[in-house]
Amino acid sequence: MAGQALLTLGPVLFNWPVEKWADFYARIADEAPVDRVCLGEVVCSKRLPFYNDVISEAVERLEAAGKEVVLSSLALITLPRERKAGAGLAKDEEHVIEVNDLTMLRYLEPGRKIAVGPLVNVYNEGTLSWLAGRGAKHVCLPPELPIASVESLAKAGAALDLDTEVWAFGRVPLAISGRCYHARIHKVSKDSCQFVCGLDADGLPVKTLDGGDFLAINGVQTLSFAYGSALGELDILTQAGVNSFRLSPHDCDMVAVAELYRQRLDRKISGDEAQANLAALLPEAEFANGFLFGDYGAEMVKKAERQVA
Amino acid sequence: MNPLELVCPAGTPAALRAAVEAGADTVYCGFRDETNARNFPGLNFSRTEMEESIDYAHRRGSKVLVAINTFPRAGAPELWRAAVDDAARFGADAVILADVGLLDYAANHQPGLRRHLSVQAAAANPDAINFYAETFGVRRVVLPRVLTVQEIAAINREIECETEVFVFGGLCVMAEGRCALSAYATGRSPNMNGACSPASHVHYKEEGSELVCGLGDFTINRVKKDAPAPYPTLCKGCFQAGDYQGHVFEDPASLDAATLITEFASAGVTALKIEGRQRSRSYTKAVVHTFRKAVEAQAKGLPIMANELKRLTEGQTTTSGAYSKTWR
Repeated sequence: MAGQALLTLGPVLFNWPVEKWADFYARIADEAPVDRVCLGEVVCSKRLPFYNDVISEAVERLEAAGKEVVLSSLALITLPRERKAGAGLAKDEEHVIEVNDLTMLRYLEPGRKIAVGPLVNVYNEGTLSWLAGRGAKHVCLPPELPIASVESLAKAGAALDLDTEVWAFGRVPLAISGRCYHARIHKVSKDSCQFVCGLDADGLPVKTLDGGDFLAINGVQTLSFAYGSALGELDILTQAGVNSFRLSPHDCDMVAVAELYRQRLDRKISGDEAQANLAALLPEAEFANGFLFGDYGAEMVKKAERQVA
Repeated sequence: MNPLELVCPAGTPAALRAAVEAGADTVYCGFRDETNARNFPGLNFSRTEMEESIDYAHRRGSKVLVAINTFPRAGAPELWRAAVDDAARFGADAVILADVGLLDYAANHQPGLRRHLSVQAAAANPDAINFYAETFGVRRVVLPRVLTVQEIAAINREIECETEVFVFGGLCVMAEGRCALSAYATGRSPNMNGACSPASHVHYKEEGSELVCGLGDFTINRVKKDAPAPYPTLCKGCFQAGDYQGHVFEDPASLDAATLITEFASAGVTALKIEGRQRSRSYTKAVVHTFRKAVEAQAKGLPIMANELKRLTEGQTTTSGAYSKTWR
């Protein structure tokens, strides 16, 4: 049933100043029609100290507003301090932890309720079922999965009593590395990076030598240039059994973005109208949904909009 | 100190024989389908070829590892499970797996078959490795190419299972198994299809004095017409980001860590892995032969020759990649 699907706000992937970060979550708490909020540092462990102190305040405010709060782990854990941070996060037994690196399973007791983020490779029922056995109640599927796979996994998810989530808005995380690309192009080392990733609130666009829009870098992470949008496919996906949609925060009016998705899920506006409104909110953005159609991810498949119109 | 085990690539039965003859302790290869991460036309092994090749290698004292390291497609586990079962039936010395569900299947259905963790699982720290070892009985982990030698040594101090590190060949700069760049540009995915920047999507076009190298709809590089045109591997391309123009992610260089062999041995590494199942038989032979000499020199405490393989590397430039901290 379309009306019952949840909206999940993913963690902020970018290096925002602490005031902006805190203001963002205050406004989400007060105004955004999202059901669940994942927060915490996913991309680079060096950023966390800037806003670590304000996380608990954000969590309290979100919970007071009736949102379920999930604490997200780092996506690539390598350094001793990152292992320590992961183990520390697992000690918070009041909240569900979103596992973004399977390393976290070493710190989380089997059977404890967990969420699994889109950066963990859940491509098939065997893995989904194994994770459900470990306590997974909420799994955001990898963004590159086509609808046929999503459908198969959503069905398995329902049988396993877990929420199956699909990436629905925002630049798509495509890769993560040990190397920092922001540091590299600013000719500083990762270890003394001067936090240059903070210069780009939505990531730094990477263009082809022909001037074509292609990717965006965000520290050690590489994102798509296009904003993933499943706004036109919410009907197909909810019919396939998906019961949660992920909105990834950007430096735009995320309350308005969430309202659009909510309106579309409640069938108050058409898919075409919703996508047109989204484009008006982000006039500089390109949108893509190619992954859902088993096509290349950068493509915007128009036939889908026709199918749900 | 035991000599390091040399693990060599074989894209075809002929390459497997060449690798064994050139001194490979161990060869790794895959079935001819989407179950392995080098699913390219003309490569890999039929069931019959796999059975015969394992027998051939065993008769000459070499081991065979079967890579089943893509992520099984939803709704279609049979192909991947059959690969595990057949590898066991043919007497493979181990399977190299990345998917949690498939590791679980192999541990339960083929408990006697040794399990190695593929680099595609991107286990980059002792806790992740211990998780896989304790949960699925993994005996060896192929380490991601994002770690320094010091980090590898620290990992080995904290784990019970063996480690294998890449010493030569391509250099993935993203955490392997967690990269969808190729899928974004071409629809062909390393994780799902076993293909990255596939030749089927590569095109070249002359524009004035330049050659444009493209992948799908995207220009990956532009070079002077008479200059060598590197294969347009997506993350090795030239792009513009802010004021920077050039190789945003990585230069078109190959990994050559031959000179680090002694350090790897001291770091407690068990096996050295050569990349290149898609390369020719003569390439395999030359690389394996050179590393055989290097491993033996190391075991005897003799100096190791550097740069012997430069002619076989991409752009004739090499890097020790993440093994040196400055790479980051």
